Amino acid sequence: MAKPKVAFYWCARCGGCEESVVDLAEGVLKVVEAVDIVFWPVALDFKRSDVEAMADGEIAVAFINGAIRNSEQEAMAKLLRKKAGLVIAYGACAYQGGIPGLANLTDKEAILQYVYQQSPSTSNGNGTRPQPHLKVPEGDLELPEFYEAVKTLDQVIDVDYYLPGCPPTAKITFQAIEAILSGKLPEKGAVLAGDRALCYECDLNSTKPEKLLVTDLKRPHQVIIDREKCLLAQGILCLGPVTRGGCEAQCVKGGMPCTGCFGPLGRVRDYGGKALSAIASIVDSTDEKVVAKVFEALPDPAGTFYRYSVPASLLAGKRKAA
Amino acid sequence: MKGNGNHNARIGVYVCHCGTNIAGKVDVNALAEYAGKLPGVIVSREYKYMCSDPGQELIVKDVKDLKLNRVVVASCSPHLHELTFRKTTANAGQNPYLFHMVNLREHVSWVSEDPIAATEKSKALVKAAVLRAVWHEELEPRRFPVNPNVLIVGGGIAGIHAALTLASAGKQVYLVEREPSIGGHMAQFDKTFPTLDCAACILTPKMTAVKQSSNIHLYSLSEVSEVSGFVGNFKVKVKKYPRYIDEAKCVGCGECIEECVYKEGKYPNEFDLGLGKRKPIYMSFPQAVPSIPLIDSATCIEFKSHKCPKGCVEKCGDRNAIDFTQKVEEVELEVGTIIMATGFKTFDPRRLPQYGYGKFPNVYTSLEIERLVNASGPTLGQVILRDGRRPESIGILHCIGSRDENTNKYCSRVCCMYSLKLAHLLKEKTGAHLYNFYIDMRTPGKGFEEFYKRVLDEGVSFIRGKVAEVSGWAQSPAEEGKMILRVEDTLLGIIRRIPVDMVVLSTGLEPQADQQEVRRLFNLGCSAEGWFLERHPKLAPVDTFTDGIFLAGCNQGPKDIPDTVAQAGAAAAQCMAHIDKGFVEMEPNTAWIDEELCSGCHVCIGMCPYSAIHFDTEKKVAVLNEALCKGCGSCVAACPSGSAQQNLFRDEQLFAEVEGVLV
Ligand SMILES: Cc1cc2nc3c(=O)[nH]c(=O)nc-3n(C[C@H](O)[C@H](O)[C@H](O)COP(=O)(O)OP(=O)(O)OC[C@H]3O[C@@H](n4cnc5c(N)ncnc54)[C@H](O)[C@@H]3O)c2cc1C
Ligand code: SF4
Ligand code: SF4
Repeated sequence: MAKPKVAFYWCARCGGCEESVVDLAEGVLKVVEAVDIVFWPVALDFKRSDVEAMADGEIAVAFINGAIRNSEQEAMAKLLRKKAGLVIAYGACAYQGGIPGLANLTDKEAILQYVYQQSPSTSNGNGTRPQPHLKVPEGDLELPEFYEAVKTLDQVIDVDYYLPGCPPTAKITFQAIEAILSGKLPEKGAVLAGDRALCYECDLNSTKPEKLLVTDLKRPHQVIIDREKCLLAQGILCLGPVTRGGCEAQCVKGGMPCTGCFGPLGRVRDYGGKALSAIASIVDSTDEKVVAKVFEALPDPAGTFYRYSVPASLLAGKRKAA
Repeated sequence: MKGNGNHNARIGVYVCHCGTNIAGKVDVNALAEYAGKLPGVIVSREYKYMCSDPGQELIVKDVKDLKLNRVVVASCSPHLHELTFRKTTANAGQNPYLFHMVNLREHVSWVSEDPIAATEKSKALVKAAVLRAVWHEELEPRRFPVNPNVLIVGGGIAGIHAALTLASAGKQVYLVEREPSIGGHMAQFDKTFPTLDCAACILTPKMTAVKQSSNIHLYSLSEVSEVSGFVGNFKVKVKKYPRYIDEAKCVGCGECIEECVYKEGKYPNEFDLGLGKRKPIYMSFPQAVPSIPLIDSATCIEFKSHKCPKGCVEKCGDRNAIDFTQKVEEVELEVGTIIMATGFKTFDPRRLPQYGYGKFPNVYTSLEIERLVNASGPTLGQVILRDGRRPESIGILHCIGSRDENTNKYCSRVCCMYSLKLAHLLKEKTGAHLYNFYIDMRTPGKGFEEFYKRVLDEGVSFIRGKVAEVSGWAQSPAEEGKMILRVEDTLLGIIRRIPVDMVVLSTGLEPQADQQEVRRLFNLGCSAEGWFLERHPKLAPVDTFTDGIFLAGCNQGPKDIPDTVAQAGAAAAQCMAHIDKGFVEMEPNTAWIDEELCSGCHVCIGMCPYSAIHFDTEKKVAVLNEALCKGCGSCVAACPSGSAQQNLFRDEQLFAEVEGVLV
């Protein structure tokens, strides 16, 4: 029987997700044995035309990482959607927008202006900007269009499953591949990680006081962290309670708080909103001034609570002048 | 986000005109037409009065004929008619919690100027309700038993009457009074208008009945310090301040008072408003209930120096009732219903210096006169001025601190009548000439106008005008040594100067000084003037917005004794209605935690004001005790994983509603 065909693709991303696939180490060999990788720009020399030449649905599963920042990414996502039976949004950026999604806190014009004109290392006297189309004597040049805002993968194509994480851990990746190979897949649309928030699998949860209340918030570099005690109970902003489990609390084990890369739980519509409301709730004061003071410890609340999820959130993006 | 929204919802929308209340501002026809086009809406109608019988029948018929499974009524506040329409849909065979209500009257028509904007806003609210209703679920109300015991706070005539009524029906009553004796203001009066019944003669038997009733547990010198729970199931903490005399051992003989080292009273007696003197060990008045003396630790020599020969202890002898070591005690009570009967305080006339109270010794408040004319008062009913003279002319000034933009705008309701009473009593006791200065005479009660006529016939002078000032500045020999009242006589249209020996200020009624603290303690509302707020001014005058707590007497507003007693009876009846029904039904708006989803992060536990959530160390999740949950939603808002949800306020319902208002 022919091996199932698998494709990997990258959109707006840092490369970490690709790295994580390579990180499967000897495990990757098992995967390679079981499947036929037909497209993987980071490692194998296939071309877009090779994919275009395939029949619809010929690819069993396409893993797409990265958010959708420009028209080329959208076109590739659509192409893969057509050719693949299953599409998996791989990693935080494809799933919720990820770090590139933070760009939605500003807008296209501001980004282009800064990058092509204002940044200290830029010298661009003519104010040249990249153009989607340019006629030169040699012919027509085309560049992908830079979108007004970053989108999640499922905002441009239908997505079957999500693998969260920045990047997804080896364990959940294997579990997903195993599930696909064995055909034991959950309901469409599922996030292939834990069902409960991280605290449930965190060893430090048992050290929490009955009532979890904090009188100040600290960032990790400001304190010597007690590795034996729940970080949040120490006032270190750990987003474990808000974040889907499945990572086995790797960051916490390494002495760093959870920053939320596995995203929200299934019942939560807006990760950042939930995170903010949970953390604001446990600040042990009803005095507005005291609460404001506690939150001064967080210089970038939007970036803290919506670090991986601005495009998927209810936030409408930067407010346009009326 | 998963949920079980009914996407086969068949919704009926009913827009109420509320006469012209809503239809006068909102285009109800356009609104009904708009609603008819919303997703899932099978029928939409407008009708003059949805709450009327034909209005309700309209709904029942549609539910049956058109197989509706959701009903939305856009009318007035849910406070008023949510229950009505829930019952209507229940009558039609539907679970009442599938119903949803939109408040077009209080939220739109009454607060809008522009009919077009009002109609647009109404559309948004109706759309929100329709989208929300899809997510409504079948729920059952929660039932709890009603504890048959009643707490009454305040032992004035209101508290006494309510306590006796309940006790006679066999109910157990805890009566908490902060003064050393029950009786309230009425105990201070000599006679009562309009019948001139002797106050003591009608009050004392009731006070004694309280003492004798085995169903009434009286806590005097006590205050409520904590209230928790809900209708049918309140938990109350009472602080009992030390009397320094053991109530169980004392027989009330009063011999200890005789034997105090102070042979005469030395300190102002609070009950007599300082007009009489008492010893450190005393009874506020002879008919006090409980009839047990108390020791004032601030003035007792034993407390000050520990060197008193303690004649009191010696006299008490083997009974050994005096106990200088008593401390504040705390008692915990469980009751199902509560009656607030905390009464009023009188206006402090020092706030109006033009009337010379505190400056001229012979300016009195009405309450002081009640004590002066009282046969068992400090002067045994003799009207003797502070300077020892007997008055030959007396001016009674109505409306002090009432009907006045600078103090209280409201009419205190009883002052005209008690001023007539005092005029009669003072005339009878002194033979002096009496002047009553009034703005308007207010005598709208049974026998009141007749009483006014009687006092007029007795030769009391009535001058229509508000006294401008009380001065000591004599301008003629006739005014020498007198207080001069300057007043515009509005009937004669002249300014007059009237010299008198005695001035009586008919001070108005005000909420108690601690009304706001008490309000918060019992979770009550207050009107703008600070009186406790009744649930409805006409139709629920003794109910409050907190189920199971009722009002009686003057804490709800100024009133006379007959009205106070009537209200106290009504409040007692309301308690009995709860007790006899035996259970209360509560809105099923409780929160619940999905054990399969909760991560046990502990965030919610500290949020719950009712300690309804704890951590289950076996299951490693948070567990919510539904019986303790009051549906405040604090845990739901805090839960970071969406594992805590609240009935009637599910995330899906709220998101749908928000989507709806953003038309
Ligand atoms: C000068 C004057 C003359 C009047 N003459 C007449 C008259 O002739 N005829 C007539 O019909 N009406 C008369 N009234 C009106 C009459 O006083 C009231 O109608 C009546 O006293 C109201 O009774 P009540 O029980 O509501 O309040 P109150 O008599 O004020 O009793 C309230 C009781 O509650 C206690 N209390 C208050 N707060 C607390 C607390 N937090 N905890 C525990 N206990 C508390 C108080 O100590 C008090 O014992 C007169 C009023 C005044 C001011
Ligand atoms: S350290 Fe983070 S993950 Fe661990 S229990 Fe605390 S909040 Fe939860
Ligand atoms: S806050 Fe939510 S997740 Fe955390 S313990 Fe409470 S119910 Fe569970």
